[in-house]
Amino acid sequence: MAGKTDLRRFPGFLTVTTLCLFVLYAPLIVVAVYSFNASTSITNWGGMSLTWYVDVFIGPEAPKFQRAALNSMIIAVCASVIATVVATLAAVAMTRAGRFRGKTLSFALINLPLMVPEVVTAVASLVFFSAIGFTTGLTTILIAHTVFCIPFAYLPISARMQSIPDTYEQAAMDLYASPREAFRLVLLPLMTPGILSGFLLAFIISLDDFLITNFVKGAGIETLPTAIFGSVKQGIKPNIMAISTLMLVVSVIFVSLSWLVGRMGQDKKKNN
Amino acid sequence: MASSEIAVSVDQVVKRYGSVTALHGVSLDIRENEFFTLLGPSGCGKTTLLRAIAGFEDVTEGHIRLKGQDLIDQPPFKRPVNTVFQQYALFPHMSVTENVMFGLLRKSWSRQEAERRAQDVLELVQLSDFAKRKPGQLSGGQQQRVALARALAPRPEVLLLDEPLSALDLKLRQAVRMELKAIQRETGIAFIFVTHDQEEALTMSDRIAVMSAGHVQQVGSPREIYETPVNRFVADFIGETNLLDVQVLSVTGGVAQVLMPGNRNFKCPAAAVVNAGPGHLSVRPERISVCAEAAGDLSATVTGHTYLGTDIQLHVKLVDGEAMSVRLQNAETTLMPETGAVVGLSLEAGAARLLAD
Repeated sequence: MAGKTDLRRFPGFLTVTTLCLFVLYAPLIVVAVYSFNASTSITNWGGMSLTWYVDVFIGPEAPKFQRAALNSMIIAVCASVIATVVATLAAVAMTRAGRFRGKTLSFALINLPLMVPEVVTAVASLVFFSAIGFTTGLTTILIAHTVFCIPFAYLPISARMQSIPDTYEQAAMDLYASPREAFRLVLLPLMTPGILSGFLLAFIISLDDFLITNFVKGAGIETLPTAIFGSVKQGIKPNIMAISTLMLVVSVIFVSLSWLVGRMGQDKKKNN
Repeated sequence: MASSEIAVSVDQVVKRYGSVTALHGVSLDIRENEFFTLLGPSGCGKTTLLRAIAGFEDVTEGHIRLKGQDLIDQPPFKRPVNTVFQQYALFPHMSVTENVMFGLLRKSWSRQEAERRAQDVLELVQLSDFAKRKPGQLSGGQQQRVALARALAPRPEVLLLDEPLSALDLKLRQAVRMELKAIQRETGIAFIFVTHDQEEALTMSDRIAVMSAGHVQQVGSPREIYETPVNRFVADFIGETNLLDVQVLSVTGGVAQVLMPGNRNFKCPAAAVVNAGPGHLSVRPERISVCAEAAGDLSATVTGHTYLGTDIQLHVKLVDGEAMSVRLQNAETTLMPETGAVVGLSLEAGAARLLAD
């Protein structure tokens, strides 16, 4: 690897890398560190303390954040479950139905939401809901989240699906399994790592979403990101940093899980 | 003996993919209790035919009958045939036993009976000690045997094998051949075996169908296929042969009078379809002996030798420039001509065969 093309020998490699890492992670580190600040100031360090974490759970704003967190959880669980089911069906259809008319179009339709600017989706969702006379609330958030979670769930599931040769199902059917049994007993277990990975990804995307949620949520309904945004508008208090840090931890855990599950599937495949 | 009963009858089967025809009206009868091989180069349609019997390919025209019953409208999971796949396709998330039990449970066997049957079959393929392992923990040869056990467990009427030995290394392949043949005899099930390896086909089969370009070229025992090929393709594909351009003078009662290169006369058996005119004479290298120049059916110049261990291959050139090869046994008594020597070649009349194109 230490040939002439070794990237580390390029001029400025170290500077660029350091700069990128700094821009990416310095804000997160500042927030994480200052969430442990004893002082009410967000700039001066007043010593190490867990005050703001305690405040998040039992402080004056605690009920508001708890309700928002509960909403976020409900929406994230429901939206990612539904999105995962839809994405799984889509992945099976796309990789097993052979060539059908409109296959390219279907592929584009599944993945297009990834490329549409989020604010466009947000406005469109709002317009759509009011056009069909939906009152905005938890349901509208749930529907919107389900929709934009589908392409995220689809990516790892379809990647996994493409690595499963169809001879497994043929072997199952050769051994007297009906197509339904072949799916349930052979294909589904083999797809599981991809499905789990897709679910976790969809879950975290839903949990973190602010923009679309903010457009389609009804009055008085908050999710954690919109609640945080609402508090910040009245000035940044250190409890926000504590909440943000907690959310960061949850996100990191889920993304790591998603990655680990995906890798587990790959290792399994290598052994065969 | 029941072996003359027909197990599978393939009747005028045509398979087209768009404008490409993979099978041109193939007809074959596979007998019960028979080790039947579909042999041919890649793309000859042998795998397509096997998949059509299993039910994974629809046929465009024709019928496939199993013991008289038409299979064409049956989906694969309703056909009483099982397949050993080329890459085995063992279910990686199930243990060896669970793999073997899969077909039995789908046929509504009780768990207990299925377990007992799985044990018996695993014993047959000598894998009892590995019953609890996952396929990923087995060697290629062991996986191949699990695939065989899994396909045999539901007692299929016919077992289909799609190049099951091609993923194994040479030594193992040779050992497995004998084992496979023994298992076929023991179970008494008709095996339909697909391969492109003529040695595999010759050593294991009761009968072979040689296929090329979607046609069956010849069906017969290994000996018939090797010793009395019906056309150039079969002669050339099975084993090594010398194909000489000759002039056919006359054909009467299956015996042909031909004019050899160098204008000597020769009498030999002819395949039924040969007429007078230009023809091809097929002679296996081991059926040629070296003699004095004047006494031979052909006159040739030795151009070199290849040492093969048990045999020595002699490369010779005929007067018209055609190259031939002759196999001489590597024994002290064999007279070995030097390179450059002009010798006579004497062909065993019964072993040389005149073929149409």
